[in-house]
Amino acid sequence: MLQLYALSLSSRLLLGSARYPSPAILKDAVRAARTEVVTVSLRRESSGERAGQGFWSLIRELGVHVLPNTAGCHSVKEAVNTAHMAREVFGTAWIKLEVIGEDDTLQPDVFGLTEAARILCAEGFEVFPYTTEDLVVAERLLAAGCRVLMPWGSPIGSGRGLNNPFALSALRAHFPQVPLIIDAGLGVPSHAARALELGFDAVLINTAIARARDPVQMAAAFAHAVEAGRAARLAGAIEPRDMAEPSTPVMGTAFRP
Amino acid sequence: MKILVNGDWRETVTAQLGALLEELGYGQSVVTTAVNGEFVAVSARTRTALSDGDRLEVLAPMQGG
Repeated sequence: MLQLYALSLSSRLLLGSARYPSPAILKDAVRAARTEVVTVSLRRESSGERAGQGFWSLIRELGVHVLPNTAGCHSVKEAVNTAHMAREVFGTAWIKLEVIGEDDTLQPDVFGLTEAARILCAEGFEVFPYTTEDLVVAERLLAAGCRVLMPWGSPIGSGRGLNNPFALSALRAHFPQVPLIIDAGLGVPSHAARALELGFDAVLINTAIARARDPVQMAAAFAHAVEAGRAARLAGAIEPRDMAEPSTPVMGTAFRP
Repeated sequence: MKILVNGDWRETVTAQLGALLEELGYGQSVVTTAVNGEFVAVSARTRTALSDGDRLEVLAPMQGG
């Protein structure tokens, strides 16, 4: 089971809810992914439009846990206020904390992130910080009160997979007890399997599923990959070698002197 | 007075947040608010006074990654 704060989950695939071709496809993708946690956000609502009301009904029908984000926030103040607004609307203390530092890469501003995390943890939020693979930043976030970390695989929406597997492995080895979720940048199911094989506890996928030609089929593919990667981690992989090692026993081989 | 509501200037005589939300048609909607960048809880709306030039954000659930 995956333990995220007080919650135990069977599924290790968290799903973003943005960029699907339609609400119906989002709904089917959530089911195909067998996910239990869906990320959501807050946006300006015009009184005539009521787009948010329909979306919120759809999410509630799905019966999943919601993880609200602070996407688009560039400062500590924006992120902290957005977290409070999300807690009120979504009725959860969970917050996926994003403080963006750079617009081309959507790289986290790790200085603002640690400060916002400190404030929100002290206020009783259960913070899921969207961070880099930096070990020292991870230490600071844990010291601030975070009990889960969400390092990026590569820039949001880039589909490039695990950009720095060496540093990610070091992060895993350094914090064996902390739930680590790869958030952002995964493009294909093999990236997700790799993350689980490296020992990450879960992955959060949005664009790779939502923008696939068939999002529902891709959601199922990611669900299989996550299960395969987790099983492989538990099974214990062999060490890579440089030279061949015969798999067929050599003892008793015919036609030898 | 003028209040900046979600980035658009609105002319109103209603100087209380709860009443202004009603006036703007948000009565039954699931929305959350901030005034001048600071979160204002539902429970505080009726005692939150607005003045000319205030910036009001009215946010609702939306898709997110």
